[in-house]
Amino acid sequence: MESKYSFVRKDIVNEQPPPLTQVGVTGWLWRNLFSSMSNFNSLTSSILSILMILLTIWLVYFCGGLLYSVIDFAIISAVWSDPDGIKRKVCATVKQGGDLPADWYGACWPFIFAKKKFLIYGRIPTEELWRANLIYAGLVLGMGYIIWEKGQGRKWVGLFMLTVFPIISLILLTGANFKINNSLFISTGVLFLLSFLLGYFSSRNFLGEVLEQFSILFNFISLILFSFFVLLVLFSIDYGLEPIDTLDWGGLLLTLLIAITGIVASLPFGVLLALGRRSNMPVARLLCTMFIEFWRGIPLITVLFAASVLIPLFLPSGADVDKLLRAVIGIILFSSAYMAEVIRGGLQAIPRGQYESASAVGLSYSQSMRFIVLPQALTHVLPGIVNTFIGLFKDTTLVSIIGIFEVMGIFRAASQDANWGSHVQHSTSYLVAAIVFFVFCFGMSRYSIYIENKLSRDNK
Amino acid sequence: MNASQAKTNVKSKMKVSDEVVIEISNMNKWFGHFHVLRDIDLIVNKGERIVICGPSGSGKSTLIRCINRLEEHQKGIIKVDDVELNDDVKKIDKIRSEVGMVFQSFNLFPHLSALENCTLAPIWVRKMPKKDAEELAMKYLEIVKIPEQALKYPGQLSGGQQQRVAIARALCMEPKIMLFDEPTSALDPEMIKEVLDTMIELAEDGMTMIVVTHEMGFASKVANRVIFMDEGQIIEQNSPKEFFNNPKSDRTKLFLSQIIDH
Repeated sequence: MESKYSFVRKDIVNEQPPPLTQVGVTGWLWRNLFSSMSNFNSLTSSILSILMILLTIWLVYFCGGLLYSVIDFAIISAVWSDPDGIKRKVCATVKQGGDLPADWYGACWPFIFAKKKFLIYGRIPTEELWRANLIYAGLVLGMGYIIWEKGQGRKWVGLFMLTVFPIISLILLTGANFKINNSLFISTGVLFLLSFLLGYFSSRNFLGEVLEQFSILFNFISLILFSFFVLLVLFSIDYGLEPIDTLDWGGLLLTLLIAITGIVASLPFGVLLALGRRSNMPVARLLCTMFIEFWRGIPLITVLFAASVLIPLFLPSGADVDKLLRAVIGIILFSSAYMAEVIRGGLQAIPRGQYESASAVGLSYSQSMRFIVLPQALTHVLPGIVNTFIGLFKDTTLVSIIGIFEVMGIFRAASQDANWGSHVQHSTSYLVAAIVFFVFCFGMSRYSIYIENKLSRDNK
Repeated sequence: MNASQAKTNVKSKMKVSDEVVIEISNMNKWFGHFHVLRDIDLIVNKGERIVICGPSGSGKSTLIRCINRLEEHQKGIIKVDDVELNDDVKKIDKIRSEVGMVFQSFNLFPHLSALENCTLAPIWVRKMPKKDAEELAMKYLEIVKIPEQALKYPGQLSGGQQQRVAIARALCMEPKIMLFDEPTSALDPEMIKEVLDTMIELAEDGMTMIVVTHEMGFASKVANRVIFMDEGQIIEQNSPKEFFNNPKSDRTKLFLSQIIDH
């Protein structure tokens, strides 16, 4: 074939080093800091460059100043110890009866040290603190082991942390030995037996075709009733522990309790609600949509007020559900609705072909959800899920307005102590509270980014 | 076009038995008001290799998707292996585990390795022990000639390799019937050959296959029957030789002239 294009390269060009603006330190500086700043080719870009330089200088100055005032408050001007035990006077200015200059403004750390127990445990009696310590230790060890990747049997530790550990923790914290109505025992037991037998016989097709389809439902209900029965038994046993009122729980312990319960419970509820909202069954879809829209439509404060004030009015007299429990349930329902919408976003990102090929190889609906759809959907929306977790963690502060003393509530209570009355106690408390929340939220955020990277590394 | 010229005696190896595996009679399907499939009658015997072709929108894919109930039909009867397809979930599950399907866009599970893609259904649907399922999967990955890619994820494989994993995944359920929904339409020319070669081998082993494709070379080499569909109806069906050399209807002639004349 004759071609009219006759250019042929005679000598092959060897590989050459990249320009300095591409690689190394100079390259990084050029690409990230100076590439646009030094662009003075036209009038507009020159003006923009100058403005950007000025903005950068101002930002560095402003942020530096801000940072300095925080460091000044927290470290340089702060009072660190109270050797003579003079309490409020150690952080008081001359005018307030102390020794510090009139314009002094710094953190009062002796106040925090003195309130340490209160901040970490709430009003749990000192001789019962070992119970809370045991829970803290279990939490740290268990979570640490799950995060530590080389651990053997992390799955089982995870299962333990999700099932046995919360029960042990609650028994330790409450002291169990609840006086439970015999009728509750009996009715739970009878209902369990009934649903168990129904499940057993329907799955073996003794009760006809129609009921056979519900055998999974019966088995599920009997499992729940059985767990409830076991819980009733476990919590009615006298372990010889002093009872501690839930209103005495407080501080970090309570914040973690509410947040972890909310996080652990809202994820499965969210998944179920999201699946329900995308279901083909109109009734399930309608119920889930109504649930989600209702809980998303009202503010958490309203939920908490309703839980603490309204619900007792509707309950029959004598029936008393713990105030903390009511608040926790409110938070779980509230965050489940948010979680459901995040997860629904993930479900919508899964192409129809995935559902089709899952059914084509014979997987049932629940199997294809469990193995194909949810693993992918949850990975897609991991940032959104962790976002909701972090939001939930910080929203726990709202329970302080209904008289439950989690971290914020306990700090507010502590800084109103007359023995420590000073103009810096509030600022110091809020600084510490901010640090506590930041540590936990930032930790969650970093861990989720680590997991995201790990998952994308595994799949590519 | 000529998928495998070396295998000239492909057809003589393949036998068709009298046993009916798929029986479709007077089947109709609508998407809303749109009548996609109209009065479809089709009988498939064990060991048959059927190629369905036709212009896009003619209902070819919908027809084979009805066979494993990825789509519901509204009228008429579809029987697979003497089981009639209706709303009974158990029957559908049984049929789906006997009918393998390969999609145009592969639809591999991206979060699972090639091996896991293949073992998932045997483990959870057939309740096979993991070890046996892995052996089975390796056997089929060898048949599709990519055992060395077993631990890779779909994103790391080429289109042709992905499609062959998809074929292995379907084969791992040891189906009686394989459905192919335009298996090569999303592939580069070089990869089309490797996928068609795999399909030819399957046909040689006596698999009952229904293939929606425009690979006319494959059709004339492998198929014992070619079906031409248009506007939701079966317009013509015949042996490949007759179909290509002596098409009866004008619509078929037009279609053939359009796909062969370049």
